[in-house]
Amino acid sequence: MSDSVLLTVRGLSKSFAGHQALAGVDFTLRRGEIHALLGENGAGKSTFIKTLTGVVRRDAGEVWLDGEPIAPRSAEAAARAGIATVYQEVGLLPNLTVAQNLFLGREPTRFGLVRNREMRRRAVALLADFGLSIDVGAPLGRYPVAVQHLVAIARAVDLSARALILDEPTASLDTHEVTVLFGVMRRLAERGIGIVFVTHFLEQVYAITDRITVLRNGRLVTERETARFPRIELVHTMLGHDLAETEARVEQADRPARAGSGTPVLQAEGLGKAGYLQPIDLTVGSGEVVGLAGLLGSGRTETARLLFGAERADRGRIRLDGKPVQIGGPRDALRHRFGYCPEERKTEGIVADLTVRENIVLALQARRGPFRPLGRVAQDKIARDFIAMLDIRPPDPERPIGLLSGGNQQKALLARWLATEPRLLILDEPTRGIDVGAHAEIIRLIRRLCDEGLALLVISSELEEIVTYSDRVIVMRDRAQVAELAGSAVDLTAILRAIAAEAAPAPVPEPA
Amino acid sequence: MRGTISIKAMLAGALLAWAGGAQAASLTVGFSQIGSESGWRAAETTVTKDEAKKRGITVKIADAQQKQENQIKAIRSFVAQGVDGILLAPVVATGWDAVLKEARDAKIPVILLDRDIDPAGKDLYLTAVTSDSVEEGRVAGTWLTKTVGDKPCNVVELQGTVGASVATNRKKGFDAAIAPHANIKLVRSQTGDFTRAKGKEVMESFIKAEGGRAICAVYAHNDDMMVGAIQAMKEAGLKPGKEILTVSIDAVPDIFKAMAAGEANATVELTPDMAGPAFDALKAYKEKGTVPPKWIQTESKLYTAADDPMKVYNSKKNLGY
Amino acid sequence: MRVLRSGAPQLLAFAAVLLADRLASPQFLAVHLQDGRLFGSLVDVFNRGAPVALLSLGMVLVVATGGIDLSVGAVMAIAGAVAASLADSYPLPVVLAAALGTGLACGLWNGLLVASLRIQPIVATLILMVAGRGIAQLITEGRIVTFTSPDLAFLGGGALLGVPMPVVLVLVMLLLTLALVRGSALGLMIEATGGNARASALAGIDTRSVTVAVYAWSGLCAALAGVVAAADILGADANNAGLWLELDAILAVVVAGSSLLGGRFSLWLAVLGAFIIQAMNTGILLSGLPPELNLVVKAAVVLAVLLLQSPRLSGLTLLLRKP
Repeated sequence: MSDSVLLTVRGLSKSFAGHQALAGVDFTLRRGEIHALLGENGAGKSTFIKTLTGVVRRDAGEVWLDGEPIAPRSAEAAARAGIATVYQEVGLLPNLTVAQNLFLGREPTRFGLVRNREMRRRAVALLADFGLSIDVGAPLGRYPVAVQHLVAIARAVDLSARALILDEPTASLDTHEVTVLFGVMRRLAERGIGIVFVTHFLEQVYAITDRITVLRNGRLVTERETARFPRIELVHTMLGHDLAETEARVEQADRPARAGSGTPVLQAEGLGKAGYLQPIDLTVGSGEVVGLAGLLGSGRTETARLLFGAERADRGRIRLDGKPVQIGGPRDALRHRFGYCPEERKTEGIVADLTVRENIVLALQARRGPFRPLGRVAQDKIARDFIAMLDIRPPDPERPIGLLSGGNQQKALLARWLATEPRLLILDEPTRGIDVGAHAEIIRLIRRLCDEGLALLVISSELEEIVTYSDRVIVMRDRAQVAELAGSAVDLTAILRAIAAEAAPAPVPEPA
Repeated sequence: MRGTISIKAMLAGALLAWAGGAQAASLTVGFSQIGSESGWRAAETTVTKDEAKKRGITVKIADAQQKQENQIKAIRSFVAQGVDGILLAPVVATGWDAVLKEARDAKIPVILLDRDIDPAGKDLYLTAVTSDSVEEGRVAGTWLTKTVGDKPCNVVELQGTVGASVATNRKKGFDAAIAPHANIKLVRSQTGDFTRAKGKEVMESFIKAEGGRAICAVYAHNDDMMVGAIQAMKEAGLKPGKEILTVSIDAVPDIFKAMAAGEANATVELTPDMAGPAFDALKAYKEKGTVPPKWIQTESKLYTAADDPMKVYNSKKNLGY
Repeated sequence: MRVLRSGAPQLLAFAAVLLADRLASPQFLAVHLQDGRLFGSLVDVFNRGAPVALLSLGMVLVVATGGIDLSVGAVMAIAGAVAASLADSYPLPVVLAAALGTGLACGLWNGLLVASLRIQPIVATLILMVAGRGIAQLITEGRIVTFTSPDLAFLGGGALLGVPMPVVLVLVMLLLTLALVRGSALGLMIEATGGNARASALAGIDTRSVTVAVYAWSGLCAALAGVVAAADILGADANNAGLWLELDAILAVVVAGSSLLGGRFSLWLAVLGAFIIQAMNTGILLSGLPPELNLVVKAAVVLAVLLLQSPRLSGLTLLLRKP
């Protein structure tokens, strides 16, 4: 590892409509270094990256790359200058092929014509570096988000080799893919590339980074070598105050012993769909949390979608309180008081243009139908109550939800379903892409809801988390149910063993 | 008077047709019509059928629905059927060379109706029967100069669609006719897109901009716009036909109704009978080998309240306008 | 107050266009009574703008769901043809029911194509845009069908308390639409559907019915516009009635600040948008400029209005205001 400075940022500032989002932040990235950029939601990480790369115009501050002052006016300009960024939301074109995406705007040409064969050959070679062996001629949108992400990273790395910013790249990757990515990151660092790594996974911070910079409320709090930064101290630094749950989380608290589950609310018997999900059996009782564990693409989300009617099952049946019910679509599910917070918050959860209030009342209003509108007073009360209860920030019900941070959007979506007073709530990756503080709050909330008699089905990639709150865990693999663990059998090693049984290799993603 | 004559002529024609039908050498003519986008064109189709019947000619009509490729297809099909002649109302001016050559090679004479093609006058067609829209404007203008005499007169003009050659020509003829008369002044000119609704809207604005009493006459490039303008004048409390003179072009039935009610003064006919002269030319060419001139101009006849408008209305109302 | 603030660029634009009209024609703002009916260029702006205002009331809802309705001009022609054909043989309620019912049926057809068959709105409504005018021509047999019924004529040329009937009808439809859409939860559902259809469906909104409903309403509004247009010229001109007015209606909606991608909408701003466009048209007619300039002037004004709304430019004006 070389100690020579690659990127220097001094006094970077930005304010939006009077709100100081970034206040004189200094930052140093060295050659061959993997540098974690940490902070809670709203700490200014995204603004820092956008201001640094010129997506947003900076109010003040200077940036030097290899000693040259730079002031890019757009992400493309930044990439040309040598700073490439891969965002959490993949900014590629799903209807173009993988190869076209990789070489968009710089296609190999001869006589003005794109050399498709050459482009594919180079695409295959490029992706091989990332341990990805996929059909580069297939549209990108047909691959799972994880693959799309790797493609985006491959494109960025190939574009610009000096500094690479990865904004929560691992949020949607499974363990195997994370391993692959880390391998790539280490190799890139060996080549002398400086990498800024934004993540919410503390494990990953300690697994791969050399140095940590922490932001809070738009200000630089500290910059330290990772090896000399104890975990507890880091969490405290990020939060700026002592939060009981964070310790519990970091230390992996014991699962609370709870009385046996109540009467079954939901029973799925042989529920499945050809080519989508093999038939599963599943019971969720009132006051019970059932966790759905498994790798990405193992059938967890598919189970949720069949239960909620977002996808029509072609076999099996669903019983509610012992009586068979027909779930022909989300509206039926809603009528039977099911709720579903989908994994894809941006595309399937929030309506970004609408206010927090409107987003919260949406499902309740949908159940009442268009001609029994909730009065404005009632809407305001619901919104205010949930904003207070879930501590949604900023506490402004009239703010468009798209302007909120991911964690607060997730809370508002939870509020949307809680407002319908559901009997069964399905949460798909409720803590994905959310900062530590919000993470803990959501877990605390899951426990509380469950104590109030709600039946909960929770999907999560974070196994420690599932262990923390689940009464029972159903383990999925290759779109089938492979194990059900209950009571004291619910622990991390048991889940991992079930997932890894038969030593199944991590699935190689195929176009859907 | 005219009405009686034309009815008599029609009766005679029908008799002739009956007699002609008995003759062995009846002609079959293909007619590629543009479509039925306006009342006038519908009338043209009706009159073509009537005129063919009068002469004992069998006419096959193909409606091109405003598409040149349909017209080209129709002509090819007429050629394949071996018709005696083809009437073509061309939807556009260019792109006809190839298909007209095919007709010429098959020795089938083609006569253009109501529009010429580019380049004009070539030997690709026998003749073109069209009206002269500059002449139409001139007739309208001349009527106005005679009616006004030496009195000062502020005229407002409702133009056709901007850029349409008919609109340009009707304006040109009218301007030329009033130019020598310094007492007649064209104070406002706007497009009414040849439609009633726009004619009414534009006239409303003229009345407000000029003051209704300051307008002495309205000239509209077609009767439809004038019908709209008459409504606008009435709604503004003015008396069209009396306080404000009206002259327009086309001679569609509704303007005769207005004329009969004393709300319109004059119209210049764009005759829907283009096929009659075309059939006559074709017959003479087929039977006697007479080569017609390259351009047969139809008459631009002036109608005023003196011409028994109700009678003209009745004779025209069933033509499909 | 909040409502007024949200429409500031549009109100500003309307005022500017009216001012320009006043400069072009000194008697522009003069209004007097003529045969029990308000008379003047300003009245013309509202009276002539009424058909597009009616269209934009339906269009703004369709656009809010992320769709577009290109067929409204053709539906106007059909409804006008139906109304004019029946006007002299049936009482007005029957005539209106037939014309509006036809429009509603046209809208339902569009809605089903879009919502059930998942045809892209621009393509689905293009079908009726092209075929609809043909249908209207079939009804009128290609001619201008005139009528003499004073009842129907009243809807075009009559007045209520001096206000021309077309303007009264716009007000009635605006209030009716407001009541229907904002008085119920339909408005929220339309905005949610346009903002994120997948999320809305997962939240339990019947996005398909919402979509069908907005196209049906657009068809109904277009039919009323067609009746007004026919009543105005005492006849149905199938070839020209509503020709290209779908584009004016879309423009009105855009001027009202709606995104063509769907989401937020404002009914009264859409109506105002229609009147802004008509104020331009009337101004051009009054100005005495040669007709060749009509479209150029219109394009320039529309560009100015859209620039006024651009977030970047409004940021710039804020900067200019600072010092």
